[in-house]
Amino acid sequence: MTGRVFRGLRAAGRNWTMSLGLLLLSGVALMALTASLLFPLSPYDMIGPPLQWPGQFDGAVLGTDALGRDIAAGIFYGARISLLVGFASVACALVFGVLIGAFAGYYGGWVDTVLMRVTELFQTIPQFMLAIVVVAILGASIGNTIVALAVVSWPAIARLVRGEFMVIRQRAYVQGCIVLGMSDLRIMFVQILPNAISGVTVMSTILIATAILMESALSFLGFGDPNVITWGTMIGMGRGNLRDAWYIITIPGLALLLTALALNLVGDGLNDLLNPRLRKRKAG
Amino acid sequence: MTASPPRIPLSFVGKRLLYGMMTVFAIAVINFFLLQLAPGDAAEALAGEAGTASPEYIAELRAQFGLDQPLMLQLWAFVSRLFTLDLGYSFRYGADVADLIFARLPATLLLMTTSVVFAVIGGIVLGVTAARFANRLPDRLISFTGLLFYATPPFWIGLMMILVFSVWFGWVPTSGMENVLAFNTGWARAVDIGHHLILPALTQAFFYLAIYIRLVRAGMLDVLSLEFIRVARAKGISEARIGYRHALRSAVMPLVTVVGTNVGGFLGGAVLTETVFSWPGVGRLMFDAMFQRDLNLLLSILILSSVFVVVTNFVVDILYVLINPTVELK
Repeated sequence: MTGRVFRGLRAAGRNWTMSLGLLLLSGVALMALTASLLFPLSPYDMIGPPLQWPGQFDGAVLGTDALGRDIAAGIFYGARISLLVGFASVACALVFGVLIGAFAGYYGGWVDTVLMRVTELFQTIPQFMLAIVVVAILGASIGNTIVALAVVSWPAIARLVRGEFMVIRQRAYVQGCIVLGMSDLRIMFVQILPNAISGVTVMSTILIATAILMESALSFLGFGDPNVITWGTMIGMGRGNLRDAWYIITIPGLALLLTALALNLVGDGLNDLLNPRLRKRKAG
Repeated sequence: MTASPPRIPLSFVGKRLLYGMMTVFAIAVINFFLLQLAPGDAAEALAGEAGTASPEYIAELRAQFGLDQPLMLQLWAFVSRLFTLDLGYSFRYGADVADLIFARLPATLLLMTTSVVFAVIGGIVLGVTAARFANRLPDRLISFTGLLFYATPPFWIGLMMILVFSVWFGWVPTSGMENVLAFNTGWARAVDIGHHLILPALTQAFFYLAIYIRLVRAGMLDVLSLEFIRVARAKGISEARIGYRHALRSAVMPLVTVVGTNVGGFLGGAVLTETVFSWPGVGRLMFDAMFQRDLNLLLSILILSSVFVVVTNFVVDILYVLINPTVELK
């Protein structure tokens, strides 16, 4: 196990873009963890005069918005929401997507047909519109945003898992398990799933980035939880000052960009790491 | 190219058509159950939250939906209403929902088509260039730019472009679809709309541009290693001609399907782009409907958009057979 970790680390060292992604991601995580330590006041509190440019007012390094709120505080607290929503929604989508994909791929036949038709159906409905309608019906809150994003994220996972299961199911060792009389559930989740996990990990990383961007889009439009400040909310509220105080929307936008970029870099790195065959082909 | 276009058997079209109809039906069912999740009964959810509906209207809705009937009959009422395109009435707008949506459709279609064209052309040009310089500087630059586009919130790109190109440089208007006060007609109007169209279309295109660059690059790399390309090289055909004429034809094939599956994404993205640029399309209508809690209008837009995706997928299926005669018809 330690050998595997060590090899992983060494490969990560070779792959500098992945290291950059991990570094950025740790930065965002650190911001999320230290938010309440560094900024004991709520990010909604007025801490100084309004519309102070970064560096102009001592109390606010990144300046203040139109209501005199600290932009740096918003960025730190926003990191929490982005990470929470991104990871939680993809975690929910993973549970659901893996279940559906596993059953469809393992049993095939009519089970596969029915489950995949349902999955395709959800992929037909425009994702972002579906997320908006789910939030409209359930009400705007963090929990409901997570549900809405999970609802639109699971089909991609289900299709991927189904494909992997269909291939792995044909391998000799799985046939061996069947002959041994192992239960279907045990074969699916103890024997096959660990071998299908690498593709799922890569896809999850990318999906977290997408979920974070979609959350920001929802709160940008004003459909997010009204009780928390997120990066999307900050951009939405700063729109009115686009001409005279463009830093208000630029800063949270950069935060979003860097976070999503970091997750994509990590995803690409993991892909190279977990699919060495592909890496060789790319280099050759 | 003297070969006659392949004949598409009617049974194939029929099957696809039937499949599309079933999909639309299933989408209606999903929406029905979504509506069941709303607090209160469906009539209150549809009309009550709009805040302006009269009690008579709610009572009428209840009767129309048959809310005193068993769930299955309610479902039947809901679905048959949809199939007759009777989407109800919006008190906020004082108009039929179907009319509202169809009036906004041309603006959205114009925006969508333009951004698809931008994304596809950009994706092909940049993807082919990246593949020709695989793993060298131009490739790395293009791939990294693509990744940046992929990771940037589209609405933020839109706002930043307004800041740079409208506010600072003053090249293009900040919002709207045309200068209505100018009372332009004919060509002048078309030019004016085109002028307003550039930024929103670019905003929508960037995200997909990133995907298409990757796809074309990968497809080109696969094709460029094949035998017939080596033959073309041996014949002394220039690299650019090989890239664009010989390899591209095969590499671009998967792009058709992917663009087809992205139509739903473009529609969803339109909610953001049209809100940022005050573009008077269906996406902007959806934003307003959400803001005013007009749930019926909201659901109707979702359903019609899904139907639109089904129709486009049907067209793409047929198109794919036409451009790629080797595909097997099932």
